[in-house]
Amino acid sequence: MILADGPATAVAEVGAATGVAQFAWLLVALPAFGAAVLLLGGRRTNAWGHLLGCLTVIAAFGYGLVLFLDSTGLPSAERVRELHLFSWIPVEALQVDFGLRLDPLSLVFVLLITGVGAAIHVYSIGYMAGDADRRKFFAYLNLFVAAMLVLVLGNSFVTLYLGWEGVGLASYLLIAFWHHRPEAATAAKKAFVMNRVGDVGLAIAIFMMFRTLGTTQYTEVFARAGEFSSGELLAITLLLLLGACGKSGQFPLQAWLPDAMAGPTPVSALIHAATMVTAGVYLVARANPLYDLSPDGRLVVTAIGAFTLLIGCVIGCAYDDFKKVLAYSTVSQIGYMILAVGLGSFGYALGIMHLLTHGFFKAGLFLGAGSVMHGMNDEGDIRRMGGLWRHMPITFVTWGLGYLALVGFPGLSGFFSKDAIIEAAFGQEGWRGWVFGGAALLGAGLTAFYMTRLLLMVFFGEKRWERLKSADGRDYHPHESPAVMTVPMILLAVGSVGAGVFLASGDRLATWLTPSLGALDKAEHGVLPHALVPVLTVALSALGALVAWLVVGRRPVPVERPRRVSLPVRAARADLYGNALNEALVARPGVWLSRALVYVDNKGVDGLVNGLAALLGGTSGRLRRLQTGFVRSYALSMLGGSVLVIAALMVVRFA
Amino acid sequence: MSALSVTVSHTVSQAVSGGVADAVSGAPWAVLAQGSVPAPEVDYGAIGAMLVVFAGACLGVLVEAFFPRHVRWSSQVVLSLLTIGAAGVTFGWYVGRSTDPVTTLSGTIAIDRPTLFLWGTLLALALGAVLLIADRSVEPGGSFVGHTAVARGGVREGVGDGAAPGGMRTEIFPLTLFALGGMMVFCAANDLLTMFVALEVLSLPLYLMCGLARRRRLLSQEAAVKYFLLGAFASAFFLYGLALLYGYASSVKLSAIAEATAGNDRSDTLLYVGLGLLVVGLLFKGSVGPFHTWTPDVYQGAPTPVTAFMAACTKVAAFGGIVRVLNVAFKASSWEWRGVLWAVAIVSMVVGAVLGLTQTDIKRMIAYSSVAHAGFLLVGSIALTEQGRSGTLFYLLAYGFTTLAAFGVISLVRAGDGEATHLSQWAGLAKRSPLTALVFTFLLLALAGIPLTSGFVGKFVVFTAAVEDGMAPLVVVAVLASAVAAFFYLRVVVLMYFSEPASDGPTVTVPGVFTTVAITLGVLVTLLLGVYPAVALDWAGPGLAFAP
Repeated sequence: MILADGPATAVAEVGAATGVAQFAWLLVALPAFGAAVLLLGGRRTNAWGHLLGCLTVIAAFGYGLVLFLDSTGLPSAERVRELHLFSWIPVEALQVDFGLRLDPLSLVFVLLITGVGAAIHVYSIGYMAGDADRRKFFAYLNLFVAAMLVLVLGNSFVTLYLGWEGVGLASYLLIAFWHHRPEAATAAKKAFVMNRVGDVGLAIAIFMMFRTLGTTQYTEVFARAGEFSSGELLAITLLLLLGACGKSGQFPLQAWLPDAMAGPTPVSALIHAATMVTAGVYLVARANPLYDLSPDGRLVVTAIGAFTLLIGCVIGCAYDDFKKVLAYSTVSQIGYMILAVGLGSFGYALGIMHLLTHGFFKAGLFLGAGSVMHGMNDEGDIRRMGGLWRHMPITFVTWGLGYLALVGFPGLSGFFSKDAIIEAAFGQEGWRGWVFGGAALLGAGLTAFYMTRLLLMVFFGEKRWERLKSADGRDYHPHESPAVMTVPMILLAVGSVGAGVFLASGDRLATWLTPSLGALDKAEHGVLPHALVPVLTVALSALGALVAWLVVGRRPVPVERPRRVSLPVRAARADLYGNALNEALVARPGVWLSRALVYVDNKGVDGLVNGLAALLGGTSGRLRRLQTGFVRSYALSMLGGSVLVIAALMVVRFA
Repeated sequence: MSALSVTVSHTVSQAVSGGVADAVSGAPWAVLAQGSVPAPEVDYGAIGAMLVVFAGACLGVLVEAFFPRHVRWSSQVVLSLLTIGAAGVTFGWYVGRSTDPVTTLSGTIAIDRPTLFLWGTLLALALGAVLLIADRSVEPGGSFVGHTAVARGGVREGVGDGAAPGGMRTEIFPLTLFALGGMMVFCAANDLLTMFVALEVLSLPLYLMCGLARRRRLLSQEAAVKYFLLGAFASAFFLYGLALLYGYASSVKLSAIAEATAGNDRSDTLLYVGLGLLVVGLLFKGSVGPFHTWTPDVYQGAPTPVTAFMAACTKVAAFGGIVRVLNVAFKASSWEWRGVLWAVAIVSMVVGAVLGLTQTDIKRMIAYSSVAHAGFLLVGSIALTEQGRSGTLFYLLAYGFTTLAAFGVISLVRAGDGEATHLSQWAGLAKRSPLTALVFTFLLLALAGIPLTSGFVGKFVVFTAAVEDGMAPLVVVAVLASAVAAFFYLRVVVLMYFSEPASDGPTVTVPGVFTTVAITLGVLVTLLLGVYPAVALDWAGPGLAFAP
């Protein structure tokens, strides 16, 4: 074999999966098996269903770990492997094979999905203990894990799309898990519909790839990415971004994510914080050979990320619902990731790193929130909390560590991953450096503000709940959650603390991901000196925390939401009019269009059809009278017909 | 009728001489008188199936004459089924040996691939029809009268004639076999005179059979008389056309007429008037509009098993004859007559589809449907290509089985005074009898030409052939007519499934073995030909040539 002596490309040679990796399909098959047993087995599996659900995911995690270690033993160039499973769509020119791609990127995701997934499965045993449909819940969770693994492991865009739709389905089912609550049913529908908008983009992007290249396999598409015209590339990258925006809750499709918090808290933690919503980041990172060739496409990605991270922060400052604040925090943190992957080779690995650390601390924060709500009669309003740290020490400590990680306290996860992104953003040339770096820096300060506000209102200050009763008329008796819930929180807290330093030291993650994403470039000279950025970030974060303390820590917090507030707060409480925007841009024109179509259908089409029917019916009724029942008239009609036939023959022949 | 029979005998003798010597002129009587007519060669193997059917019919007459009354029904049923079975075996044996086209009996009978296809179809359909006729479980004692000629007022209309169960007239069986034999000859007839004789052989028993209904005697007898009068009228047209064509070609052989039309020295008036009259006679039998007027009255009045037999088998025979005549004798002059038959097909399709819309009696509705189907069949018949021929034959096969089963189902839905044929009585049938409703829905969908039924494939092959033969506008009309016709089929479906059943609605009789077998046969063939049409299309496919 002759090794081409050219510049190193991002696309590594693809080898066949051998050895222990031959059974990679087990990763998907295990949770899928669990889901199938739980769904088909019905009530018979109620007693042990949740255990099977946990075991399949833990087994998948164990196997994922084996694969990961197996992969680390290989030389860097051989770490991208493919496993052909079967010929999926063998139709003429459309040949899609179902195969798995085991490379550093997908393995990292496998560990994240199965690892965090396993923790949350275990947590759910406790959280859903009182729910009659717990078995179904675990079935859906398993289904989600299986679909998410298809998404990240697939070796073609079509396989990715399969997983993409699969997680969409699981997300829908889980948001609507308590479908007897109107807001849950509505939120599920909203999530599904808004995701469809994005999915259309993804689908069209795949169609365009197929039209030009005749294939959707990653290896082929990336190797032949040069065959796209620049216009096609821009269109494909933007359409992929649209898909990413739908799934990851980025502007302008962010409005469904906070509503999705109507689902059970483990769902919020697993799907709507740690894993599924990062699929957009995965998509952009996976398609990096395409984005590398389209600087304009990347610029849009970065801009969307920067904008979303800011609006997420701003809205997060105004909400009083525990989970919704965290949801907007998720929107904003994914904004950071999208911003990072938009920076191209400067940022792909950073985006993935933030995705991983965020997976740990955001899942931990959500589980903590769930633990708090579990102990507070499912109360989600932080104005009714306060001073809980004494009553829930483990929750408090683990949540506090997650909080510190998120705001970027030096030494913890978020510090390494978020700071790196801010640095990379400032590393851009000219106005881009200032705009994107500035947005990211401002976001850090705002993050510190709303997270500190949350911390203070929930765990410190006056115990406002002592004077109140929950909606169902019970007193609040906050208590620590059982071990089955706290152990996963502790594990995630460990991740929140240590993941950053582990992944960042010596660019460990970036080096590991090089076969998938190419080498991580460091900006040589940006608009700000490198040393200055962390200092500024920490200072601004501290300032944000201080302001939060001044606003809510020092003064008593009113239980009722203040009504007379300033314009920015009102705007933030209205989601910065994101819903109104969607309504005006998509929903209302859609309603108008459908009304117009209904009108055309009623008056035009139906009128035509009914008129035609009436005409035929009338004709029929009149012609019917010719059928008199008298033989003489029948004979006459036969005679008439014969005369006509003969006359016509004569005319044709002799005329 | 005596005048008619004189004409017949006169023409027969002429034709015989024409067949033997192809005499252009001369004295036919003299030839006969000299006794110099050599006995024609007979290929008994080829016409074996036909002979078996006629022999069975004759035996049936003997059974009727000599067997005691109480064993007649059983003997007749066994005899009829055995006859059709034996004919089927003979047919199968011949087909297994050879399917090369041959003519026999001095060239009056052509046994070629179309003949064989039609014979197979006819035998299978007749088997189903005989089963329906023989059934005595649905209507106690069978669907046929115990005594003939019930006078008005003698017996209350709408009620049985008082005969004990089992007292049905069993002449129906030999009559059916004679009609079947006539149909087989009709499809195979290679000259016009044989065709005419066959036409009468198949028609006369049918006239009688129509009048034999056990219930609604007057309606049934009226139908019989109407059918007879109009049939005689149509036969006269056919005969007159035959005579004119003989005058034109000096022969009644189809091939001789074809040769004559290729030349240029004869009177075209004779040709086209003769052709016109001949075709009218044929179209009448196929109930093509505007010569369909008898169809609704007769379909409604005749006993349902007879209607099933007529609708399925007569249609096959009539269109078998039309396809042969047009393809063999008049191919060369097709430019002149095709436009006229276009118009006839359009009239038939439009009349059938539009008039079907306002029918309230289900048997009349199916009758109008058969008029529309006759139009579709005519579209295929006038495409004088191999595709057109094979498409038409396939359509006949498909339509025959669907119709047979449909009438079988209709005979099951009964109210106190016999069959509940008024559409309003079918409301909500699916709630009372889901299986019956499902089967009937399937058959209606087949009649409407919905995919996965034989009706779809049939329409598809016929319309494809027509388009490829340059008749796209006609096909457009045909498709529109099928859309209109689909409305009244679906109306019944909607009625059965989405209407509240009437409180005094009909009951669905649990059919006996015979009717069950017949309906199952029809439904299975409809499904099979819809899913896997290649079975029959191969048979009706390439190399479908007529004997010279």
